[in-house]
Amino acid sequence: MCYTKAMALTILKRIIRAGVLNFKRSGLVSWAAVLVVTITLSVITALILFQAVLHFSLSQIKDKVDVKIYFTDSAPEENILQLKSSLEQLPEVTEVAYTSADEELRLFRERHASDYPTIQALDELGDNPLPANLGIRAREVSQYENIASFLKTDGQAVLGSPTYIYKINYYQNKLIIDRLNGLIAGAQKLGFLITLLLVLISIVITFNTIRLTIFISKEEIGVMRLVGASKMHVRGPFMIEGAIYGIIATLITLFLFLPATFWLGRNMTLFLGINMYDYYLANFFQIFAILLLSGVVLGIISSFLAARKYLNK
Amino acid sequence: MIYFNNVSKVYTDATALVDVTFTVEPGEFVSIVGHSGAGKTTLTKLILSEEAPTEGTVFFESLNVHKLRGDELTKLRRRIGMVFQDFKLLPNKTAYENIAFAMEAVGKTDEEIQSDVPHVLELVDLTHRLSHFPHQMSGGEQQRLAIARAIINQPELIIADEPTGNLDPVNTHEIVQILKRINDLGTTVILATHNRGVIESVDKRVITMEKGKIIRDTKENKHPK
Repeated sequence: MCYTKAMALTILKRIIRAGVLNFKRSGLVSWAAVLVVTITLSVITALILFQAVLHFSLSQIKDKVDVKIYFTDSAPEENILQLKSSLEQLPEVTEVAYTSADEELRLFRERHASDYPTIQALDELGDNPLPANLGIRAREVSQYENIASFLKTDGQAVLGSPTYIYKINYYQNKLIIDRLNGLIAGAQKLGFLITLLLVLISIVITFNTIRLTIFISKEEIGVMRLVGASKMHVRGPFMIEGAIYGIIATLITLFLFLPATFWLGRNMTLFLGINMYDYYLANFFQIFAILLLSGVVLGIISSFLAARKYLNK
Repeated sequence: MIYFNNVSKVYTDATALVDVTFTVEPGEFVSIVGHSGAGKTTLTKLILSEEAPTEGTVFFESLNVHKLRGDELTKLRRRIGMVFQDFKLLPNKTAYENIAFAMEAVGKTDEEIQSDVPHVLELVDLTHRLSHFPHQMSGGEQQRLAIARAIINQPELIIADEPTGNLDPVNTHEIVQILKRINDLGTTVILATHNRGVIESVDKRVITMEKGKIIRDTKENKHPK
């Protein structure tokens, strides 16, 4: 066979045309394969959305965790601000918020504006009982320990005197933070494992379905080889068919998830903490790309492997 | 052109060929006759390297058929046209596409395909069946289509394995006439059949097989008729 560029193009054209024709002529069998690939892609999409919910919930919980350092009245403000800026230079730290004693008092009054006895008790005191503080947020829950130990050593040096620190609530919250840390890591690991397992199962089912569709053409493959067709000429159309399964299944899946996420968005936003419909639309093109790639690659590789079995006979 | 040297073929449960030796010259028309199970089909499969001999060698000109691998084998098969009892057409392709596929397989251009396919279909009188699928055609039409496919790439050899096995006498006669015409144009033909009538209407060299052995070869005059 001559392998000039024009010829290669002709061969490719013929393979694609044969693949499309086979898909059309196989009728129900083709659509059965499309259905199975659609189910696989739906599993993948559902897992993407599930991961989004998991991620969102976890980050919300993480956001609720911070470390607060309370200072004694004797701590000079400039020392506290110095500590703030040195804390901000730590790579683990995302945010350090300084609240002065006066500001804290104002916020306290605001929060308890309708709580008359508390305000009255505060007025009785005359003095401001609330300490100035720094609120520290870390990137990861697991990093609070590092930050706490930084405060114990370098932090105190920056501050000037250990007596300026009234208390660090990390040590009170340590148990909860540690548990949360384990929980988050566990949830992420479990989510990943479930994803992997489900995707694996779907791939095996899809592969077997495509194998069955090619099994039907077993004799045909033998005849094509007898007529003198090269392996690629026989296998190519099957791979194109596999790609078509993937493309059509992608479109069906994307379409099916529109009403599904719309319903979730309308009825389950409070429960999930995230509006699925908005999330789906916002990430539509990423999801489209992931599905198309998975579907087409799955279809092509399954066909390639399945056809190989009968080609080598 | 084809040389069988002391070829034996043993399957796990049966012996198909015992020490077979014969030669086919270019341009010959050789009929191989024998009952079912005499080894005719095994013989044709050995030429195409669909089966490997247990002992002995098969040569196609200077090529040891069973030493060929992958691409070389594909190239050899392109030099041979096959016709089978069960036609072995591609069920998902129309008459036109069945023949076009054989041409695509050997890398013919679209122009060649467009000009040659109608021509060969006319040769076997199937022009009116151009866009029919095999299951829409009669047995005789399917076999004529199979022959058209076998000759489209001008092979040096046509192997027909019981081509008339599924056909009535009228179609049988037609197929034999087509094969003779192909032979007259210079293509070597090997015809395996159990039908004495077919052999007689061909009236060329006959190799008779029984239980895997050649018991008579009219060319060698081993046995007078």
